[in-house]
Amino acid sequence: MYMPRTNFRRSKFWPRRWRLRFLFGCAVAVGCAAATVALRAQDKNPFAGNAKDAKLGESQFRANCAFCHGLGARGGGRGPDLSRAQKRHGNSDADLFRTINEGVPGTAMPHNGATQQGVGMTEEEIWQVISYIRSVQVKAPAQPAGNAAHGKELFNGSAACSTCHMIQGKGGRLGPDLSTTASARSTDYLVESVRSPSRRLAQGISEAMKEFSQEYETVTVVTADGTKFMGVVLNEDHFTLQMMDTREQLHLFEKDKLRSLEKSRESLMPAHDQKTLSDKDLEDVIAYLLAVGAQ
Amino acid sequence: MKRESMDGAIEERFLASLGMIAGIGATFVLLTIAACAAPSAGAQVTPQRLLDSAKEPQNWLMYSGDYAGRRFSTLEQINTSNAAMLVPKWVYQTMAGGKFETTSLVVDGILYGTGQDNRAFALDARSGRPIWQYQRALPADIRPCCGRVNRGMAILGDKVFLGTLDAHVIALDSKTGNVVWDVATVDYRGGYSITLAPLVIKNLVLIGVSGGEYGIRGFIDAYDAGTGERKWRFYTVPGPGEPGHETWEGDSWKIGGAPAWITGTYDPATNTTFWTTGNPSPSNRGEGRAGDNLYSNSLLALEPETGKLKWYFQFSKHDEHDYDATQVPVMVDQGDRHLILQANRNGFFYLIDRSNGKLMFANPFAKVTWSDSKDASGVPLGRKDASPTLKGNRVCPGAAGATNWMSPTYDPQTQLFYVTAREQCDVFSTAPQAYEAGHAYYGSAYFPNDDAEPFTGALRAIDPNTGKMKWEWKHPSPTWSGVLSTAGGLVFTGDAEGNFIALEAASGKALWHFQCGASVYSSPMSFAIDGKQYVAVAAGSALFTFALP
Repeated sequence: MYMPRTNFRRSKFWPRRWRLRFLFGCAVAVGCAAATVALRAQDKNPFAGNAKDAKLGESQFRANCAFCHGLGARGGGRGPDLSRAQKRHGNSDADLFRTINEGVPGTAMPHNGATQQGVGMTEEEIWQVISYIRSVQVKAPAQPAGNAAHGKELFNGSAACSTCHMIQGKGGRLGPDLSTTASARSTDYLVESVRSPSRRLAQGISEAMKEFSQEYETVTVVTADGTKFMGVVLNEDHFTLQMMDTREQLHLFEKDKLRSLEKSRESLMPAHDQKTLSDKDLEDVIAYLLAVGAQ
Repeated sequence: MKRESMDGAIEERFLASLGMIAGIGATFVLLTIAACAAPSAGAQVTPQRLLDSAKEPQNWLMYSGDYAGRRFSTLEQINTSNAAMLVPKWVYQTMAGGKFETTSLVVDGILYGTGQDNRAFALDARSGRPIWQYQRALPADIRPCCGRVNRGMAILGDKVFLGTLDAHVIALDSKTGNVVWDVATVDYRGGYSITLAPLVIKNLVLIGVSGGEYGIRGFIDAYDAGTGERKWRFYTVPGPGEPGHETWEGDSWKIGGAPAWITGTYDPATNTTFWTTGNPSPSNRGEGRAGDNLYSNSLLALEPETGKLKWYFQFSKHDEHDYDATQVPVMVDQGDRHLILQANRNGFFYLIDRSNGKLMFANPFAKVTWSDSKDASGVPLGRKDASPTLKGNRVCPGAAGATNWMSPTYDPQTQLFYVTAREQCDVFSTAPQAYEAGHAYYGSAYFPNDDAEPFTGALRAIDPNTGKMKWEWKHPSPTWSGVLSTAGGLVFTGDAEGNFIALEAASGKALWHFQCGASVYSSPMSFAIDGKQYVAVAAGSALFTFALP
């Protein structure tokens, strides 16, 4: 710390109130430094690299995390793939601890002990879970094989993804925003979502990238006057339906006033086979999603 | 002799003091009798009033409304012809996060409820204005499974009683909310907590513990309502030398679980209290605890004064699917048949003779794959290949069960039993895990299954004579709301989407609903003030009351 060579007590250059402020500032700085040291002690996983703790962490992971993140941390219907080297909400031990302990605001990731179904974890158990995640994590970030620039062209052009999907504020609203999807999902998941988009829909597993999870179920309604609307369910309960039609118009209905209402777990997104999107082109689109997700 | 006279003087003074105490005591007794005799509002709740709860339908004196556990209100002002006109009357906000599971009590115009993080409150039941509010200072290191919840209080005399998340039982002054006594049932750091509403029988406060996720040794306790002194403890896992101990492998009984976390019922005719118990620990791994694991997942018939076991009935033997039997055991009489009805978390509806614990029949009320056979007496038995495996094994019902702690109701008018059902199968996996005191001890994990239709929920009306479903009301997703039936021909329930709904009890037709703005995680109740009937339910962090305009 830079200390001016000044006699504090007698200096006219430093009026009393400034001296007090300076001293207070020093005290705060020292306090902060001490606090930082204390926090730093927690920044590192005390069980790093310990196979026994990783095993204990696996038990904790299965009980507390696997419901969303899958048995092997490879991602489930709701939660991201945690075996990736890069984690969207920070990759250091301290980041992981914070994410597990405090959750991720605006997403379905709750803070520790807040799921209301399971048991919360102690600090020790959280560190063990981190040891487990490290033990199944791939060493290097995946190098996308495809051509991201070409993928971007396809996304916005002939593949017409942007008709329904938004990336960084550009595109359609009918499907999920894909700006961060690739940073959380495995490549297998992305491929499956393009090749057979109805599969996960059929499982009834909701998209949890938003706090308010949405399933993107397909709905067709006919109103009392015979008007037909097709689109995706934004929300519904026993009595009401909130939907977006294929022209991105919102409609809010009382179900008992409709002539008919049909829901389907067949996605509005067309399944892309080899003819509509070759493996090479799909690789490029995924490379583009990965490039965007990494930003 | 000097010494003697001195002693004599002391003795004299002592006797005089005794006389004074006796005099004060006699005056107190006289005053107490006078108070009891006065028919004014605010008269104390006596054991006799609890027995005669049917005589005061304007009050809701215990968790399930009556000792039979029927959650049926004889009030009929709100009925099938006017339910569509129901409006909210007042809302009380706890301002707390998490699930709000309370069933309130109402006694002579005052409503007593509990909230998240061991809040408690007394409200003017006409206006919702607080009379007192209480919140317990809880230790920082409690980690109760499944939410920092509480389901309500019990009342006797001038005290209300509740269990706490740090496994204490406390008595509050019903007029001030001040703590009168506070007793630790056990060291909470072993993974124990209390979430249920106690049950008062005579002068005793009966309570059980939660902690089936921690390898506890479950128990049911009785405390003197006046002093908090413990009168008995019944361990739901028998110790060495006790009958049933042989159903546990090695030392597994020490961490056998079998928590008792839902309020029991009471039959004054036979002086028997009925309690139910939860899963053996670890919940999803049977290895290391070979045997039936008594008295996990059981119905227990106990003598209230002593805690002595009269008989038991075990629903799921050697359970590996977390099928707690912690559903209120509902007493129903049909002629000379004295029954207990239970729609169990394991998917079967059971009819049991409550004089001896013998099963009449068990029929599924939801999809069941864990069992494919019954023993000679008709008790469903587990399928050998239904055990959780390392990779996972798909079994129905799933870990949340075909129903759970949310209360069912029995309506003596329709003679139907109404229960919240869940249709969900799960993939159960096992993971060997060492026991460590106070740490989560599931030995397992479960996942939504991969191949089935999306899971759903329903309110089901079951004919207890056959176990067959009369009608169902489908929920878009499974709910954690219980059910209330009323003499107005109505059943009330809530849904996960936030609606509180009135249905025609005979047909299941919806007559009215109100959007509470958050999922209902509680069982509704009904009361009346000044001749006006109310229905109350907790949802989100608020307690809602409804009545006719």
